[in-house]
Amino acid sequence: MSGGGRAERRGRGKQSGGAHHPAPMSPVEQRVAALEALLTERGLVPEGFLEEVIRRYEAEIGPMNGAKVVARAWTDPAYKQRLLADGTAAIAELGFGGEEGDHMVVVANTPAVHNVIVCTLCSCYPWPTLGLPPAWYKDPPYRARMVREPRTLLAEMGCELPEDVEIRVWDSSAEVRYLVLPQRPAGTEGVSEAELAGLVTRDSMIGVARL
Amino acid sequence: MPATGRIGRVFRVDGIHDLGGMQGFGAVGHSPAEPAFHQPWEGRARALMEAVAGAVQASGGEFRHSIERMDPGHYLTSSYYEHWLTGAATLAVEHGLVTQAELEARAGGRFPVSRPAQAPAVADASPEVSEPRFAAGDRVRVRERHPPGHTRCPGYVRGKEGVVVRLDGTHSVPDIEAHSTARRYEATYSVRFDGASLWRDGQRGVWVHVDLWDSYLEPA
Repeated sequence: MSGGGRAERRGRGKQSGGAHHPAPMSPVEQRVAALEALLTERGLVPEGFLEEVIRRYEAEIGPMNGAKVVARAWTDPAYKQRLLADGTAAIAELGFGGEEGDHMVVVANTPAVHNVIVCTLCSCYPWPTLGLPPAWYKDPPYRARMVREPRTLLAEMGCELPEDVEIRVWDSSAEVRYLVLPQRPAGTEGVSEAELAGLVTRDSMIGVARL
Repeated sequence: MPATGRIGRVFRVDGIHDLGGMQGFGAVGHSPAEPAFHQPWEGRARALMEAVAGAVQASGGEFRHSIERMDPGHYLTSSYYEHWLTGAATLAVEHGLVTQAELEARAGGRFPVSRPAQAPAVADASPEVSEPRFAAGDRVRVRERHPPGHTRCPGYVRGKEGVVVRLDGTHSVPDIEAHSTARRYEATYSVRFDGASLWRDGQRGVWVHVDLWDSYLEPA
């Protein structure tokens, strides 16, 4: 995650933050509204800024982007090679990159090796290819347990691995963000790249599922 | 600085956010797909953090530390975007954009902010370490440090030995940028640890990789 704000400043926000909103608000909603109202009054939240940030996270990024990267790697061996050698550059070939995606490392699953990503210190996650992290990825149980008992936790999450499969856990504690390249499912020979992308799940690219 | 800085020091300096290996948590509340924001206020809280961080020019380290300094009980019992809201309010108060009293008056109730930073501001960032001290394949040990401020060295690898598997270029040291406008750039590495060496109950066939700055490490 990152706190890099956008510097655009064009006057005041149109929403007062609901300080006089008649509907009952929860305490946390009241706090959000209070901070929003005070910052807006001081000219620190340009009109439309919040809506634009929210729109970007809801519409532009998400696991559909990572799925395209995976499908390309499954169908183009030269692309796969570039992806594993320099993830950032290969992902940029498909038009994805930017904040929390500018130092990408792609780790490939094989029959003998299973990769899984975690951020024990906060919630680091490859935004351009996977979107914002799901709630469970950010919550304490996943962050605490994945580095200590990954085999047990993966099985609990429905990803039971044979004992002889090596597990590689990647804790995103510095600037690199990871993407797991899942194995191509058997029986998908002749399936188009676009259709293959439809088979790729968010969980398989985090590494908590196999396809 | 409040007198509470002296109590619970060991707990405080290592931070409630540093969760790797902590025991006692139950099942992961997994769901296969989720919206980016579950409720409208979550998106607004996130965007407000971006507005505040932009206004005060917060580094990534300062941003993260604004959340890590939350009261531990509040941290564990509040949702992710309440963390962001609390961090945003903390930075806004600390940089003089608003006061906590104004926030509480406007919210019509309590508006907790994070505790003050315990680390002194960094006056001398010392020279950059642009030349990596280690190469892929080198055995390294994570220094057993417990800094009073922000760090990206997880507690569970301190004092442990591992092997460098990848060099990732040079990056600003979080421990410095969180407490200062000074910067120091160092090499970062991905270091591989045998899961069985990290925990007494470590699982077989598990490698845990942690990304670490140069100064967190020493030759093993």
